[in-house]
Amino acid sequence: MDSKVFTLESKDIAWCPGCGNYAILTTLKQVLAELKIPPQRLVVVSGIGQAAKIPQYFKTHYFNGLHGRALPPATGIKAANPHLTVIAESGDGDMYGEGGNHFIHTIRRNPDITNIIHNNMVYGLTKGQASPTSDFGFRTPVQINGVKMEPFNPIAVAIALDASFVARAFAGDSKQTKEILKAAITHKGYAVVDIFQPCVTFNKDNTYEWIKEHTYYLDASHDPTNRIEAFSKSLEHEKLPLGIFYIKKGKKTFEENLKIYKKNKKPLYQRQVNVSKVSHLITANK
Amino acid sequence: MNDVSLVLCGEAGQGIQTVEQLFINIVKKAGFNVFSTKEYMSRVRGGSNSTQIRISTEPVTAYINRINILVPLSEDAITHLGNRVSKKTIIIGEKNHIKNNKNIKGIEIPFSQYAKEIGNLVFSNTIAVGLLSALCSIDKKMVTEEVENYFSKKKKNLVKNNLLAVEKGYAVGKDLVKKRKALINISDPVRQHNDIVVNGTQAIGLGALAGGCNFISSYPMSPSTGVLTFLSQQQTNDFDIIVEQAEDEISAINMALGAWYAGARAMVTTSGGGYALMTESISLAGMIESPIVIHLAQRPAPATGLPTRTEQADLEHALYSSHGEFPKIIFAPGTLQDGFFLTQKAFNLADKYQVPVYILTDQYFVDSYYNIPPFKLQGISNKQYVVKMKKTYKRYEFTKNGISPRGIPGYGDGLVCVDSDEHDEEGRITESMTVRTRMVDKRLRKLKEITKEAIPPSLIGNSNYKTLIIGWGSTYHIIKEALTKISRKNISFLHFSQIYPLHRDTEKYLKKAQCTIMVENNATSQFSNLIKLHTGHEINYKILQYNGLPFSVEAVEKQIKKILQG
Repeated sequence: MDSKVFTLESKDIAWCPGCGNYAILTTLKQVLAELKIPPQRLVVVSGIGQAAKIPQYFKTHYFNGLHGRALPPATGIKAANPHLTVIAESGDGDMYGEGGNHFIHTIRRNPDITNIIHNNMVYGLTKGQASPTSDFGFRTPVQINGVKMEPFNPIAVAIALDASFVARAFAGDSKQTKEILKAAITHKGYAVVDIFQPCVTFNKDNTYEWIKEHTYYLDASHDPTNRIEAFSKSLEHEKLPLGIFYIKKGKKTFEENLKIYKKNKKPLYQRQVNVSKVSHLITANK
Repeated sequence: MNDVSLVLCGEAGQGIQTVEQLFINIVKKAGFNVFSTKEYMSRVRGGSNSTQIRISTEPVTAYINRINILVPLSEDAITHLGNRVSKKTIIIGEKNHIKNNKNIKGIEIPFSQYAKEIGNLVFSNTIAVGLLSALCSIDKKMVTEEVENYFSKKKKNLVKNNLLAVEKGYAVGKDLVKKRKALINISDPVRQHNDIVVNGTQAIGLGALAGGCNFISSYPMSPSTGVLTFLSQQQTNDFDIIVEQAEDEISAINMALGAWYAGARAMVTTSGGGYALMTESISLAGMIESPIVIHLAQRPAPATGLPTRTEQADLEHALYSSHGEFPKIIFAPGTLQDGFFLTQKAFNLADKYQVPVYILTDQYFVDSYYNIPPFKLQGISNKQYVVKMKKTYKRYEFTKNGISPRGIPGYGDGLVCVDSDEHDEEGRITESMTVRTRMVDKRLRKLKEITKEAIPPSLIGNSNYKTLIIGWGSTYHIIKEALTKISRKNISFLHFSQIYPLHRDTEKYLKKAQCTIMVENNATSQFSNLIKLHTGHEINYKILQYNGLPFSVEAVEKQIKKILQG
């Protein structure tokens, strides 16, 4: 499949020139084409923020909902029709701040969806305030003396909660990001991919160069099925590891645990109301 | 006496609910009409809770103050019930629970001693069931059969001792009847009817299933949780339904919106505080034109309020809670039939108009049982509104009536693009002022269509009335019975089971009256305000109660009489 199937004829993109989001969009389209997932089978769910605009810029079904609330509708969509490929995609503020509670519980619930988080460590849409992943001391027009909270560590949190797939990528490296996204989308279960994505307008600290200097790739010696090792890697902070940290194999998905799909794989919209069964239930109260 | 009011009052955790469940079924099977309702504290153990059971040869469907027989199960019971206990009340209980004095002369029955003889204090409840059945002269065989039936469903090893307990109770009751000490002088039931006994929770749950509900995501909150529990239990009956307890109410409603988007028929059940968390997402439903069904079971607020009690103070909350302007539909069932049929209808209207539809109930409604003929399914239909998409499909196509055909992902070749931002016909973000105006108009056009099929209020009584009593939702039977007792030809009752949008005939009914009296369970008479806003009519008198309890028939009767006497 050619990634052009996802191309929109007219598009007015609201991102700044040089934004890391462009690279993620291009890479994602290539991945989807290589995995032969057509737009008609794909649903991209997003919240609010610059990253959350991504489904606007290519051909797909999308549910662009409320700030922080991408994961619950994504869960509902996948449950109502498990034949769809569902990607929840948004920024760090959306997924880890406003939607933090859903992030925690979606890990526990384990729907078979992919969660891509564009992590630029700053708020873009609201113009430059701190995000949950901003470094301690990061100065903004609001945090005038610098951020006084420790940054949220999504990788450590996900592994601590035994998420079924946990990875980190860098938008500046399309080749590696593509492989990570492919693994995430084909993984059965909830897959978290945190992507470092430089904000060229509001974050002058965590630039392309900074990320290159402060990251390294996990190599073949890393065993992603070893949770303790993965957790220990997630706590490294001098140089931040990139790649697949952790894979929990054999974990049942949310949909697999739903009773209605045990015998019948039909999505909900293909099923009829069984009126006689309702009638029987009513008269059981005699 | 053909209408007996029996009250059991004791601490939480003593098993009053078991007595209620068991006894109302026995009474109904014996051919009587039965009604029961409970008031309870927000605690798992202790305190004082009471359940009223009305037994009658005529249909009984409302809460009354009167107590003919009281079974106190704790020392505080009689004090808790206050002036509902009169000199005429026959009290049957343990010596220390009656605390006989010059005003109270109860019949002492050593329930706990009998229970211990059988083996455990818990059998007191079944002894009470036996005793009460004997007082109503219900056939013993039928009573023991019901007890056997009830406990064999729970735990087989409980059956034997409960049978001993019910027989003991029955013997004690027979003895009392012989001595004419506590005789319930109720006529034999007229017929063995084919009715079912359900409460508001079950009516809503059954209505949801009949409406094709196949997805519920919610967060537990009294008094709305029963619907979640009821639907969850239907999974074991092989109903095609996904039930998910979400991490919070925000997640619950967003999951439900996602489910609708992908082709489910979804609902949430919640109460005021939980609904408050959902309100941003209701606005999302308004913008993306998603169907959603909300069961909102009211309880007294603000904030945590009185968690287990009743009120009708969330009308304005439901109506005005979400930002922006978009249509919605609010039903407020007055009867169990309403609860069932309006919920079934809610799923179809939500699907047809792609709007939020509310079922506004309250603690009194969801927790009250009575017998009714089985809901008839012959007349109902569930229409499939989802369309198979062509490649050129546009989710928000401009149409004359404002309804754009709704596609779902994977059904046809089109793409379903929905956005919380203002969007164009394809669902893509736009800041075009022209498109914005057209989209607002399109969404609001649906309200005109919705109003056309609004449910008219029902007039109970003479159509040539001078005084019109007005009520909505759960007060239906209470007001109706009060008016029967007042028995005047020139007073009628107008009940609304759809409170938004109001039916066009509303004004006509109001204009005809010389005097209008609103009865509602809140402090500011929210429905009067709504009526004034939509019809200009100023309600003359308001009977309001907001102490956490439902109106009693007597209270409504008394207050209406007071107004009529001027």
